[in-house]
Amino acid sequence: MTEERRFRDPVLADRIAEKIRSVAPKNDIIKICHVCGTHEWTISHYGIRSLLPKNVEVIAGPGCPVCIVPAAEIDEAVNLALKGVTIACFGDVLRVPGSEISLLDAKARGADVTVVYSAMDAVRMAKRNPGKDLVFFAIGFETTVPSTAVEVIKKPPKNFSFLISHRLIPPAMEFMLGIGDLHIDAFIAPGHVSTIIGLEPYEIFPKVYRMPTIIAGFEPLDILIAIYMALKQISERKAILENEYKRAVTWNGNIKAKALINRTFRVVNGAWRGLGRLPDSALKLIDDFIEYDAREKYGIKIERGRDILPGCQCHLVIIGKIKPTECPLFMKACTPQKPIGSCMVSSEGTCRIWARNMPL
Amino acid sequence: MAVPAKILEINGDLAKVDFGGGVMREVNIMLVDARVGDYVLVHAGYAIQVLDEKEAEETLMLWREIIEIEDAGAP
Ligand code: SF4
Repeated sequence: MTEERRFRDPVLADRIAEKIRSVAPKNDIIKICHVCGTHEWTISHYGIRSLLPKNVEVIAGPGCPVCIVPAAEIDEAVNLALKGVTIACFGDVLRVPGSEISLLDAKARGADVTVVYSAMDAVRMAKRNPGKDLVFFAIGFETTVPSTAVEVIKKPPKNFSFLISHRLIPPAMEFMLGIGDLHIDAFIAPGHVSTIIGLEPYEIFPKVYRMPTIIAGFEPLDILIAIYMALKQISERKAILENEYKRAVTWNGNIKAKALINRTFRVVNGAWRGLGRLPDSALKLIDDFIEYDAREKYGIKIERGRDILPGCQCHLVIIGKIKPTECPLFMKACTPQKPIGSCMVSSEGTCRIWARNMPL
Repeated sequence: MAVPAKILEINGDLAKVDFGGGVMREVNIMLVDARVGDYVLVHAGYAIQVLDEKEAEETLMLWREIIEIEDAGAP
């Protein structure tokens, strides 16, 4: 049977950690960047950073799909909710700050905001309530896009539409390499996104940017091995694309899912919270499905919002430039109970993960 | 976050899956070619990939090899 627990074997983990220490360059500072909230969770929860030599740093890039939704798009959802439209969203999105208020605040003011587990549940809700206008707030990376595409293709009822806030990971990785003073030495690419897009979209990183790139799974051993593979490439001065997560990721990814995405969406520029607009990093429904695009249906496009509240450092945490503990508000004014920035709201946000895994 | 689950029953585009520890749920399997007994990765109510058991075993074997071969070569 598929026992993911096999990938948590502590004895094997110790041995791999030894290998890591033997292969790691001795003096140079090495920065390995991942771009996935779930990777950050595994790394923090299992204390993987404490197993690494002092000069090897693992930093978290923009891999939390909730954290990077720009305030303007939260504002669009809030705006619709206050107009009397029912908003269905994933639970993590409720408390993400907009420019002024969150969806939860809108709910407190009487708006109809409801949490769903999947896009399918949102469509079902619309079918059960034909008299209600319902908008599904579709956020997420390539892992989540196919589920939206499935519901678009199935043609939901007339009272249903999507507020699309999907974003794409490879353009964010390219953006990270453009940040002059970050000096990334290798990428650990997100396994779940890769189950959909496959390996091909990452080829530019070793080829064009000479960046060792390893697709990794989510168990502690997956991450340790990926770090080992990255360090080995670095010490041998290689830059290749390697797949550690072969049990779920193939070269082509999920062909069915990719075909569905291509039939429903086109790639456009998109804003990321605190990072600005990144080229070709977002999706828009193609014209055939425009009737399901809530921005068109209700004319609520908002271009600008206030992404970062005064004092919050999310824009720096999201790119791994600083650690949450370097934010003066961390666990003082900003806690999981009373979050200030999106990075403390989402269970995939770096601040929230660090807050939950801090040694007492 | 995607979580592995075992397919127990298939009804058209939907399947009943077991996340372990008695947690069952109905998920959409339109994105994968899955059969009863397969393990799938489930994300936000949709199976997004079938986990390849052979690859899982090979991966573990490969790691053990990396560790052992290189250990044998070490002083
Ligand atoms: S600790 Fe809070 S205020 Fe500081 S960066 Fe994180 S979310 Fe923002």
